Amino acid sequence: MASITEPKTRRDALPLAWLGLVPFAIFAILFLILPTMYIVVGAFQTAEGDATLANVRNLFQPSILSAYWISIRISFATAFLGCLIGFAIAASITLGALPKFIRGPAMTFSGVASNFAGVPLSFAFIATLGRVGLVTVLLREWFGVNIYAFGFNLLSFWGLTLVYLFFQIPLMVLIITPALDGLKKEWREASDILGATGLQYWRMVVLPILTPSLLGTFALLFANAFGAVATAYALTGSSLSIVPIVLFAQIRGDVLQDPHLGYALAFGMIVVTGIANGLYVWLRARTERWTQ
Amino acid sequence: MKVKFWSWAAFLLGLLYFALPLIGTLEFSLRKRRGEYSLDAYRWVFEDPKFRETFGYSVVMALLTILVGVLIVVPTAYWVRLRFPRLRPVIEFITLLPLVIPPIVIVFGYIRLYNTSSWLPLTGSARGTDFLLMMGYATLSLPYMYRAVDTGLRSIDVRTLTEAAQILGAGWVTILARVIMPNMVIAIMSGAFLTFAIVIGEFVLAALLNRPAFGPYMQLIGANRAYEPAALAVIAFSITWFCMGLMQFFSRFSAHARAKRS
Repeated sequence: MASITEPKTRRDALPLAWLGLVPFAIFAILFLILPTMYIVVGAFQTAEGDATLANVRNLFQPSILSAYWISIRISFATAFLGCLIGFAIAASITLGALPKFIRGPAMTFSGVASNFAGVPLSFAFIATLGRVGLVTVLLREWFGVNIYAFGFNLLSFWGLTLVYLFFQIPLMVLIITPALDGLKKEWREASDILGATGLQYWRMVVLPILTPSLLGTFALLFANAFGAVATAYALTGSSLSIVPIVLFAQIRGDVLQDPHLGYALAFGMIVVTGIANGLYVWLRARTERWTQ
Repeated sequence: MKVKFWSWAAFLLGLLYFALPLIGTLEFSLRKRRGEYSLDAYRWVFEDPKFRETFGYSVVMALLTILVGVLIVVPTAYWVRLRFPRLRPVIEFITLLPLVIPPIVIVFGYIRLYNTSSWLPLTGSARGTDFLLMMGYATLSLPYMYRAVDTGLRSIDVRTLTEAAQILGAGWVTILARVIMPNMVIAIMSGAFLTFAIVIGEFVLAALLNRPAFGPYMQLIGANRAYEPAALAVIAFSITWFCMGLMQFFSRFSAHARAKRS
């Protein structure tokens, strides 16, 4: 808008044309880049403002390491199972023998469910698999099975994994379906003509082609689970020490009693999600040559 | 035969996993009155003044976020396409950053950067914090908004439209508001509905900035009540479903429109 006064010929306009990007630049700098930089820089500073690596080194204490470890394990488990199950569902929708009309609603539902993370999702699972939840009660009344007697607990590693899968699987379905659509019919026909069995076709044609997108989506799902706070917080309160929960408590009340250790904790999160997303971008670039 | 069996097995297991929590929630939300199904939990929620306040607050926030997002994203995406095509990867990278940096880290930065003793003490007043929260939501929705708008721009001939408007004597504001925007209503709508769905139930930003939004309210009810959280979950899910359904409708509609044109 600032360039209303701009002359009409393009060459003369160049110096002023930059003004059109100023609003976006100010927005991005003030509300995205500066706040992040503040945290990153703070992670390498002492309380007096001197440069130090002590904060990052302090991350390697047992309580924080175990928080990262459990976060990484949950993210890994949900990403792995999400990829596996999501792939199975996407494959059965696109390539399997399911009727065509299932596809549309299934994709719409995936769009909804992949955005249904957070507080209400935890409510849904408490109402279903909590101590008086529908499934818990039905299993007890109909089959005499008390899942809580078997050590099942929604507020545990596997409980949280089960809940996270509710948005991880749909995300996988959304991302991998286009890739499965990209499998050319000719490849299947060619392998059939050459006498390959169905299993061989999958193992020697489909998997090598899809491996980069599978790994890439895995990385994306990993980052997605790693940064999720609301679901875990509403589900477990602060009883399960995963990194985002520790950071949440730290921001609210400086539980680590060291503000700069808090910055380092946040910096560690950026590093983990950054690596995962970097892998995703890199692997996706590698898949694109197949989808042309 | 084998293919048929396995695809049905995968699909039905998936259906079971996704349907059970939804059925479970619905059933649980109706159980408040002992021995019979009733809508008591919903009545309690709708009669709770806090529900109306926080829900209203979040709706207003969502609408403001959409407005700000559109005002920032549409001119930028347009301008980049028209004048700086070489900068597109850079801008795209920036718009994807909110997916890489966890929201909790971004809001952590806000709290420290804009606290009461800083150069821009936004968190010092309620209005300032509201503004900060809105900008935070605009940041969270930036990847989706930008992608929707950029896809919309791809389907129209930006250069020809702009030149035609310029020849007819239109200024930049007129071009954007009366030529570009009307051609992209559908793309903007799909970005807007996604933004709405994200903002309405958002928890982390609102909780850490201490604003009375719907997300923290749901969390509070979850910690203190038995059946009402399930009712809230049903309400929240319906809103998400409604928004995403409209979004899909609009994007499919635009795909049809494009197919017809070419």
